[in-house]
Amino acid sequence: MDLARRFDADPPATASPDAKRPQTATRKHRRTRIALAFIAPFGTLFALVFIVPILYAAYLSLFQQKLIGGDTFVGFANYGKLFRDPQFWDGVGRVFRFTLIQVPIMLIFAMALALALDGMRVHGAKFMRMTIFLPYAVPAIVSTLMWGFLLGVKYGLFGSLNDALGTDLDPFAPGTTLISIGLMVTWAFTGFNMLIFYAALKAVPRELYEAAAIDGANEFQVVRAIKVPALRGSLVVTTIFSIIGTFQMFNEPQILPSMVAGSGVTTFYTPNLYAYHLAFTGSQQGYAAALALVMAAITIAVAYAVQIRGLRNASDQ
Amino acid sequence: MHPISSRRAEAGKASGTPTRHSGRARRLYTVGNPRKSTTLTVMTALFTLYCLLPLVWLVINATKSQADFVSSFGLAPGREFALWDNIVEVFGYQDGIFSRWLLNTVLYVVVGATVSTFLAALGGYALAKLDFTGKRVFLFVVLGSISVPGIALAIPQFLLFAQLGMTNTPWAILLPSFINPFGLYLMWVFTAEAVPTGLLEAAKIDGAGEFRTFLQIALPLLAPAGVTVLLFSFVSIWNNYFLPLIMLKDPAWYPLTVGISQWNKLGSTAGNGALIQNLVITSSLLTIIPMVVAFLGLQRYWRSGLSLGAVKG
Repeated sequence: MDLARRFDADPPATASPDAKRPQTATRKHRRTRIALAFIAPFGTLFALVFIVPILYAAYLSLFQQKLIGGDTFVGFANYGKLFRDPQFWDGVGRVFRFTLIQVPIMLIFAMALALALDGMRVHGAKFMRMTIFLPYAVPAIVSTLMWGFLLGVKYGLFGSLNDALGTDLDPFAPGTTLISIGLMVTWAFTGFNMLIFYAALKAVPRELYEAAAIDGANEFQVVRAIKVPALRGSLVVTTIFSIIGTFQMFNEPQILPSMVAGSGVTTFYTPNLYAYHLAFTGSQQGYAAALALVMAAITIAVAYAVQIRGLRNASDQ
Repeated sequence: MHPISSRRAEAGKASGTPTRHSGRARRLYTVGNPRKSTTLTVMTALFTLYCLLPLVWLVINATKSQADFVSSFGLAPGREFALWDNIVEVFGYQDGIFSRWLLNTVLYVVVGATVSTFLAALGGYALAKLDFTGKRVFLFVVLGSISVPGIALAIPQFLLFAQLGMTNTPWAILLPSFINPFGLYLMWVFTAEAVPTGLLEAAKIDGAGEFRTFLQIALPLLAPAGVTVLLFSFVSIWNNYFLPLIMLKDPAWYPLTVGISQWNKLGSTAGNGALIQNLVITSSLLTIIPMVVAFLGLQRYWRSGLSLGAVKG
């Protein structure tokens, strides 16, 4: 989403009309004080849970923890080590590949479902809309447990399938685990994205459809000329949120090893899982802090690139 | 619906079907009520089935005893109906720690969602209706923080809270949950649109202070957006796993998500020891029931909130 433009163009930021009237210095001072009192609780806590931790992590990332001698200042050595760390890049590569495949599939499904449900040509649309959204209410831990059991060969349906057909399919073999995780993530978030698209479609004025009908437009033309353009803004937002979500993938690969053996999930399967293991089992807080900051920078850079591209495409139309 | 437009619409669409002379007896298909499509219905239904399958599996397997779970087909009922036994066992296991986790979760969710929504309303109101220096910088930083990945933030938060001695206390979960930048954004946009400035001026002329004007005039008007923000906070805190996982060591402070994960590990790390998958599955079901109820009951607020965000996006 276009944060910078959003608050530049904001109508809300222009405040009450009497702000424009000449004011005495004391009155203006008093108003500012009141406004600060409103904003202070949020601002203070925001500093405590967002700004200070990031600054503290930046500070910590300049140190290395040693068994003997404690913390030593190492400058940017942690960052240098990180850029040469094959385990880090293995995880980064994995979430990139995952994002490139899973996000388009999920968003195409979400968009198609929103179009189908908005078109009012589907029986039981209300029930299906609610059911598709429902997985969003399920915590990642519960969804991983359900899918882990469901797909697993030990207790799950694939075990029964293999018994029945004499096959040897395993959704949690090293080569297939990522596909199974994609199935879980798509399950959890398609409905949420569908609802964002659906809300955008509902905001289209009905008169447009009536006008199109008078002009004799067929359904395909209505979708292409009215509905898809209406979805463009939401598509940028959902793409960015999905990228942020998949880049920080953690829950599924953290929980899976406790459910299935030999799934191929390593301690550095995703960058966040790696940071977690570095900080909590490896006691390398400085290195983990550097990793978290670099990952945040990569995520913001990619999200920003998508936003620029998305807006350029939108303004081309 | 204009009768001409609807008939034209139908004429354009139904060119391949036989003409209908008995038009009056048939239902008239209009732009607002088009002909239903079987193909579309079947395709949407298939995806619905994918969404429903794990939940159905969960409900079925919560009714099985541990022995039945291991031995019977996943989507078939077990030999005995053990749902009540499982629930009793869940609440009794490890000296009834499940009810403690449930209470912890309720505490985190109720306090966290209420405070974060109130702070977002307060801040959003100030941004939309009051003047202060540094407003643009504040907005830029807060809105920019929406794109900072939550998990990248959690490890720095842990390191800082460990310094402050706040890890392993409820504050480590509550304080981060009080801040909801996206909620502040929604509240700001909504206040600007739904609260007339004239009404606030009138209240102030009548002698109400700024805070009283906010509480008694603005807050009631903000209720619809408030419910949306409340819902978002509710879901994200109820489902939060990573933050409590790293912040808390003492099982007595765990929320449900971390507790269930620990039970699940118990079976696997103990090797062939205590297999309690029936408890893991039943407690999972108990965990999602309040969420499912909240979702179905408050559906329309999701849509209104999302359209608010989508229009501005």
